[in-house]
Amino acid sequence: MSNLVLRHLRKSFGSVDVIPGVDLDISDGEFVVFVGPSGCGKSTLLRLIAGLEDATSGDIQIDGKSVVDVPAADRGVAMVFQSYALYPHMTVRENLSFGLENIRMPKAEIEQRVSHAAKLLQIDKLLERRPKQLSGGQRQRVAIGRAITRDPKIFLFDEPLSNLDAELRVLMRVEITKLHERLGNTMIYVTHDQVEAMTMADKIVVLRGGVIEQVGAPLDLYNNPKNTFVAGFIGSPRMNFVEGAVRAEGGSGAFVSPDLPSLDLAGRSIPASIDQVTIGIRPEDFDVSTEPGNGWPATVEVLEQHGANSYLHCTLPGRRMLLIHQAGQSSARRGDILYVAPREGLFHLFDGQGLAIRPSPRAQVLR
Amino acid sequence: MADSSMTNQRQGLGSFLFARRGRKRLALSDILTYAYLLLGVVIMFGPVAWVVLSSFKTPASLQEFPPTVLPYATESVALDGFNAPLPLYDVTMEDGEIRRMAQVRRVGLNAQMVDPENPAAERVTVPAASTEPVRRVHFAVENYTKLLSNSGSDIWRYVFNSLFITVVATAITLIMNSMAAFALSKYRFRGSNAALMAILATLMIPATVVLVPTYLIVAQLGLVNNLWGVILPTVATPTGVFLLRQYMLTIPDELIEAARMDHASEWRIFWRIMLPLSAPALAVVAIFSILSRWNDFLLPLVVLSRRESFTLQLALASYQGENVIHYDQLLAMTTLTALPLAGAFIFLQRYITAGVASTGIK
Repeated sequence: MSNLVLRHLRKSFGSVDVIPGVDLDISDGEFVVFVGPSGCGKSTLLRLIAGLEDATSGDIQIDGKSVVDVPAADRGVAMVFQSYALYPHMTVRENLSFGLENIRMPKAEIEQRVSHAAKLLQIDKLLERRPKQLSGGQRQRVAIGRAITRDPKIFLFDEPLSNLDAELRVLMRVEITKLHERLGNTMIYVTHDQVEAMTMADKIVVLRGGVIEQVGAPLDLYNNPKNTFVAGFIGSPRMNFVEGAVRAEGGSGAFVSPDLPSLDLAGRSIPASIDQVTIGIRPEDFDVSTEPGNGWPATVEVLEQHGANSYLHCTLPGRRMLLIHQAGQSSARRGDILYVAPREGLFHLFDGQGLAIRPSPRAQVLR
Repeated sequence: MADSSMTNQRQGLGSFLFARRGRKRLALSDILTYAYLLLGVVIMFGPVAWVVLSSFKTPASLQEFPPTVLPYATESVALDGFNAPLPLYDVTMEDGEIRRMAQVRRVGLNAQMVDPENPAAERVTVPAASTEPVRRVHFAVENYTKLLSNSGSDIWRYVFNSLFITVVATAITLIMNSMAAFALSKYRFRGSNAALMAILATLMIPATVVLVPTYLIVAQLGLVNNLWGVILPTVATPTGVFLLRQYMLTIPDELIEAARMDHASEWRIFWRIMLPLSAPALAVVAIFSILSRWNDFLLPLVVLSRRESFTLQLALASYQGENVIHYDQLLAMTTLTALPLAGAFIFLQRYITAGVASTGIK
């Protein structure tokens, strides 16, 4: 019904290339999340798609038609703004119907669309209120409702949950996901919160400096990050990185680093030695033992007990930080020395440029 | 004078005026604050109250020295056998008794008095020095009635002229200034800063300097003695543009973008989004405009020379041009002239505090 294609899309402000060139295909009905640190150009990319910014060069196609010169209102997209951008002097009803009045839609149809959207979002009791009299979550619903009444081909969300408190954010996350299932429209969602990205997306687009680092399904990015940036960005808490070298020893290999005992890289074939390597290990992928053996000695500095989970902030020799996750409640104490090693095959190797050295472990090893 | 205005205020504003810093006792800062505030009330409100009270005085009591705070009139009594009402006096008799008597006439240092209870009785001659006029507070409303009836339809013509100029000029000012402010605050275009600077730079040129050129233009347009000749030169004000622009900068761009995605034309964005949201700033600009248009004297003086097109301010000034200055009517007219402004202030006042606070212009 409505797919979106970006071709060599470029945007520069003066001499600054905010987006040096993006190619992306989004198929119909997909929930796509643009994620990246602040200033990575994800909002600019969304505004380019919305038509609120003019592209410097390149093309945007919706349903195979170039819309790069079409005004924002006529592109068939609707946007939910970070600040919601509700008209403060209008009631909820007027907010929802303003766009429809502007295209001179018959009153009856406006009424029908507004009440439909209001019922869908459970704001039908708030229609006569003004935005000031609504809570954050209700405003959020109204903003989404305003997009729904326009019946767009593509929904655009610009960090819509960032103004809500943590509890409400979880709720709205579920609701937006449900909404996507019910409406079936293509949705593009911008966030800097990788948890939102992981939980909501069909497809995640990781951006850095206006460049797409990796595109893929959430678990695909989690299990097979292309580079250290994606590896570090996707997953919370962050992946641990230690720099060193890999020595090949007859098919298998060992990771060596100054001040650290060498680490057997079990579960993966290492054909040749590599001088400059970063090993990445997710906090939950450690085998922890209190007995010295094959593993790095990690001194517990801070212990976070979350009840169901425990996080151990440790230091390795050479003042390197290491974060370890343990399911359940940990019996470790501050100052304890733990011996930690990655579980078999559950580690990532990156070369000197930070690119992943394939094959990555989870392609071969399944838990 | 000042005392009366202060006591009035104190009753009206009750507990608010007795608020103080210390819980129970009056702190030094309270005393200083109140003294300072009272001084402000006296300085600002005193002259206004003086004019209003004086406008109710008879010509005689206006000339009086020392002047009184409240308007007084000598009491008089109509007696049989006398054509005109006779003024009443308290007369101190030789034996020290004080009697209220009506004065028939005054001859030199003596006055002829008659007992108002018994007008047929013999007249008494007493020294004028021992008489004291009986006076009571009297609001000479006749100042106003005389003013409104004497000049006939003229005064209503002046009122109409002033109202027309004020209302029309303010309406055009609001529309023109807010449109300029919208462009300067929300559109990115080459030279927007230069345009703003140019607009603000005109603030540095005194109005009197451009008076003659303005008149020449008005004359060329054939608008001399036409009310539009006063309206048109004043509709674009740099302060208004600046004030509105600063306010509109605080309206988030996302609202405009949302409206744009909602198929709203730029005109509709201006009309349905920007104008309603800048209401507080518009109220401030409206007040400034009403104030200056209503009180404007110089430009109407130059442009309007026929009596039919006079504004109230011009009519007020022309009262002084005649041989006799009718201070009583002049004061009544001044009070009448100031009334609409007070009304406008009371109506728009709630916007002003909000507007001034949010535009950051003090």
